[in-house]
Amino acid sequence: MADQGKGRSPARTGTGKNVPAKTKTKAKAKAKAKPDFDVDGDSDKNAVQEFLAPVAGFGVTMSTLFRPVVTEQYPFEKKGTYPRYHGRHQLNRYADGLEKCIGCELCAWVCPADAIYVESGNNTPGAQYSPGERYGKVYQINYLRCIFCALCIEACPTRALTMTNDFELAGTSRAEMIFEKETLLAPLRSGMLAAPHPMIEGTDDDDYYRNEVTGPSLDQVDWVRERRPDDETLEAAAAAAQRAAQATVGGAE
Amino acid sequence: MSSTTPSATRGAGPAGTEGVHEFTATGGDWDQISAEAERLGDERIVVNMGPQHPSTHGVLRVVLEIEGETVTEARAGIGFLHTGIEKNMEFRTWTQGVTFCTRMDYVAPLFQEAGYCLAVEKLLDITDDVPERATLIRVLMMELNRVASHMVAIGSGGNELGATTMMTIAFRDREEIMRIFEAVTGLRMNHAYIRPGGVAQDLAPGTTQMVRDAIPKIRNGIAELEKITLANPIFIGRQQGVGYLPLAGAIALGAAGPILRAAGLPFDLRRTQPYCGYETYDFEIVTETGADAYARMVVRFREMRESLKIVQQVLDRLEAQDRQGKHPVMVADKKIAWPAQLAVGTDGQGNSLEHIKEIMGTSMEALIHHFKLVTEGFRVPAGQVYQQIEHPKGILGVHLVSDGGTRPYRAHFRDPSFNNLQTLGIMCEGGTIADVVVALASIDPVLGGVDR
Ligand code: SF4
Ligand code: SF4
Repeated sequence: MADQGKGRSPARTGTGKNVPAKTKTKAKAKAKAKPDFDVDGDSDKNAVQEFLAPVAGFGVTMSTLFRPVVTEQYPFEKKGTYPRYHGRHQLNRYADGLEKCIGCELCAWVCPADAIYVESGNNTPGAQYSPGERYGKVYQINYLRCIFCALCIEACPTRALTMTNDFELAGTSRAEMIFEKETLLAPLRSGMLAAPHPMIEGTDDDDYYRNEVTGPSLDQVDWVRERRPDDETLEAAAAAAQRAAQATVGGAE
Repeated sequence: MSSTTPSATRGAGPAGTEGVHEFTATGGDWDQISAEAERLGDERIVVNMGPQHPSTHGVLRVVLEIEGETVTEARAGIGFLHTGIEKNMEFRTWTQGVTFCTRMDYVAPLFQEAGYCLAVEKLLDITDDVPERATLIRVLMMELNRVASHMVAIGSGGNELGATTMMTIAFRDREEIMRIFEAVTGLRMNHAYIRPGGVAQDLAPGTTQMVRDAIPKIRNGIAELEKITLANPIFIGRQQGVGYLPLAGAIALGAAGPILRAAGLPFDLRRTQPYCGYETYDFEIVTETGADAYARMVVRFREMRESLKIVQQVLDRLEAQDRQGKHPVMVADKKIAWPAQLAVGTDGQGNSLEHIKEIMGTSMEALIHHFKLVTEGFRVPAGQVYQQIEHPKGILGVHLVSDGGTRPYRAHFRDPSFNNLQTLGIMCEGGTIADVVVALASIDPVLGGVDR
């Protein structure tokens, strides 16, 4: 059997075992000097190559020795993902610190794996978490169910829900794998004022949806200072609001 | 277990094995088992290969009746990976269905997506409205996926023979394709990228160049695999004349794909019933005449090169489009088109701010469509449809029945692995046990698709 295989052009074999295959294939190969499928000429072999074909694998092994190793040394070296990678979810905020989620439950509706649970609550003048009337009071994603299809981020009408590139999601218990709103919420960037606080005076929720809010206002800072004087975000937000106010005055002049 | 003599019980196993003594091997107790078997002197020996056997290509159980080393009867026992996908799809919208069916044959997920979406589009009667670019992207993704699937077939088939190098090379180059998929769809497998009416989003910037850069590497990998295998005396010895199934048998058993083409019939749905514009591409239908495991491997090797040829042609067309500006990738009909417009920002990936502005800020109509499509989905006229496409493993058929609602009344997939697996018995009977592994690898069933 091995003898029969020897000397054949590799890409041309495949005739039944007991046929005088050698002559037949050769003739065919001659009729068509270069196989039509062979776009890069790999099977265009000379006599020496054909003679060596049965042991050509050793050549592959040898040349591989001198090639860079492709193995990724995860977790010691992290290569990162492509930007579109579907990783852990994140609940975002507007620049003034209000939450983007309006508790509309579209993400939960669209989720094919029923991994999201949302309970919405009413924003009140004393506790306004997001622009408009409603906010996501309870927000859970069950990562034991989630299949990372990204339908939820496609459904979210406010870009409240996005997917980050963080893929290291492992846990040791079921409870641990159900992420709560606190875990999913994006951390407050410096200059953002922690919710709850009113919307910027003179704006309505549409201004937020149109992304016209650039940071907290002095009134919002005052509102929080009055009620939560120890709030950690207060100082940075106050500074940001101050700067913004000055810039507007400057711009107006 | 190892300390006790294995107890033989009168088995009440699957049909055909009644009355045969049953042994449970736990590893390392072979001497005792064979001594016991000798003492009992049964005429028939039935061996279960799998479902956890590493060479059964997944969780397939092969029931083998053997005489010495010769297999006298081989039957495939399936169902160990049954996930109820088809039934589940009846309780999901037409769009959500994509996220389910992509998981059937997880080695070639984009084919289920494409087949399913083509079927839904046929039912909706919007086949001609699907934008050109969406179709081009579908073809690009499918052909890349075909290469990846054949890589797995060849690589893991080699691994099952003990040739680990085949697997490492095949998986190394499959990785190039996985990277492309990740860059475009955000996932390496089970993408849910192809959607009824188009695709989820346009290619990521720089994708065509990325694919162009990957093609020589993939070609090189194919050439290396060929060098290692096709003329290698051991490989030939293990593969030629093994798992022989001539054309008549293949047709009678409903086998398709490489099995059929390795038996000499140039049957390929891309040519015989073109879809997605395959009639406009220049490629060969690969055939071989060996009708054995070896010929199937050769067919796969050559098909990978053909697929890369198609990929290059698609790239040319996509780049020509790129030069003209932006093209839609989803049907224009707002009652059907999936409403998302994704964009990547510092906060991750989510709906673009322009889209938010449009639906929340300016257009009430757009918001209504968004809400309706996302919550209950679109309605599909009552009727049924059968759509076939050429899957790397054979014919993928998608049978959808709609009762006019927002969910399929019934979704059935004719998975190529399932039908091809029927040929296992006829390929193996009369051969040796070791050849069962080769025959099975040459069928290349993916059990996620078989069991669905
Ligand atoms: S990614 Fe998919 S499965 Fe996960 S929460 Fe979002 S919609 Fe549900
Ligand atoms: S995350 Fe988005 S879709 Fe989900 S409830 Fe909040 S606003 Fe609605």
